[in-house]
Amino acid sequence: MSQAPKDIDALIDLMARLPGLGPRSARRAVLHLIKKRGQLLSPLADAMTTVGATARECLNCGNIGTSDICDICASEKRSIGQICVVEDVADLWAMERAGVFKGRYHVLGGTLSALDDIGPDELRIPKLRDRVTTEGVTEVILALGATIDGQTTAHYIADELQGVQVTSLAQGVPVGGELDYLDDGTITAALNARKSV
Amino acid sequence: MIEWRDEGALLKVRKHGENSAIIEVFTQSHGRAAGVVRGGTSRKIAPMLQPGAQLDVTWKARLEEHLGAFTIEPIRSRAAQVMSDRLALAGLNAVTSILTHVLPEREDHRALYHRTVQLLDLLGQGEVWPLAYLQWELVLLEDLGFGLDLSACAVTGRNDDLIYVSPRTGRAVGRHAAGDWADKLLPLPHVLLGQGSADVADILAALKTTGHFLNNHLVPSLGDRALPEARARLLERIAKEG
Repeated sequence: MSQAPKDIDALIDLMARLPGLGPRSARRAVLHLIKKRGQLLSPLADAMTTVGATARECLNCGNIGTSDICDICASEKRSIGQICVVEDVADLWAMERAGVFKGRYHVLGGTLSALDDIGPDELRIPKLRDRVTTEGVTEVILALGATIDGQTTAHYIADELQGVQVTSLAQGVPVGGELDYLDDGTITAALNARKSV
Repeated sequence: MIEWRDEGALLKVRKHGENSAIIEVFTQSHGRAAGVVRGGTSRKIAPMLQPGAQLDVTWKARLEEHLGAFTIEPIRSRAAQVMSDRLALAGLNAVTSILTHVLPEREDHRALYHRTVQLLDLLGQGEVWPLAYLQWELVLLEDLGFGLDLSACAVTGRNDDLIYVSPRTGRAVGRHAAGDWADKLLPLPHVLLGQGSADVADILAALKTTGHFLNNHLVPSLGDRALPEARARLLERIAKEG
């Protein structure tokens, strides 16, 4: 049982619900925040209040932003011909970190799953269909996981989107990877997707 | 501590907490078994936990009725072979979701297990797979107590000109014995008798008949949940690629 005052205990309980934190690490984090009240606790509280009030899902692509239309959708520098379809916002951020894709995104909010009975209507697939017809899209890039559910979703979307080029990310040897350490599935996928040098 | 080791095909994975996964495996001797895989969502283990993967599993629990924990060793992955093949993916989804839905937990279904492994190993061979899948559904019905008896006419006992199946008993009925009941009987495509060319139309007709027994006999015996949509999607895919 915690010896902290009630308010601090409540904060520890809330922190312990965050991914990567348990009760013990939450207690350490809260103690650290209290010790660094000026530099960390107050700015963190302010930032959380601001994000809590402004963060929302982009009505167009499903990205998280601070307005109804996110910065990426609103940017004129972004190509309108390409849409990259990702499973969730974390994947969008990963693509943005790489900094090579200059088009726009579409966040599905999950993948089709036969086992969990997640069908197309539970995802943002109808909205993607609308965007392809109304935004002058020429290519849809499917950046979905190399998993059974990810690829089932990719094939479903490819079947749904007629009259537009649908491509998907390659699968194979990662940069810096050595064959000896790769699993059989990755080696098979890499061999199937081999190209002329 | 209770412990057993077995081999099986992975049916289902779901996240459990931050780092673990709960998996369901169709094992050779212990049937459908569930357990926790610690670190199952890690970069090292998650790629092994794709539905259809053949695994060597060790299950441990303090008491028999506990969920228990698995330690796993991959034997072979089937994911890479099916990912670029729509029919294979639809097939894998159908097989794993049906088994998850209909198999009782911890009950030995060895004959069905062996047919399932054979079927999964054929994934990607589009020309033979639909027929293999049909035969697998027949074994599934048989193994779970709803098998069809197509050896002779239920009315006359003759084994020629069998063209119907009774929707109630699953027994074959001959052309002449059907009489006024013909429009109430299910068709018995030749492929179900191991005859004919086994073309796609014949296989789909046969799957409609087996589907009747899955939907109206097997599934109601398990509760209210309908058969997974994945089967309907597989049938659509077979028809498209026909």
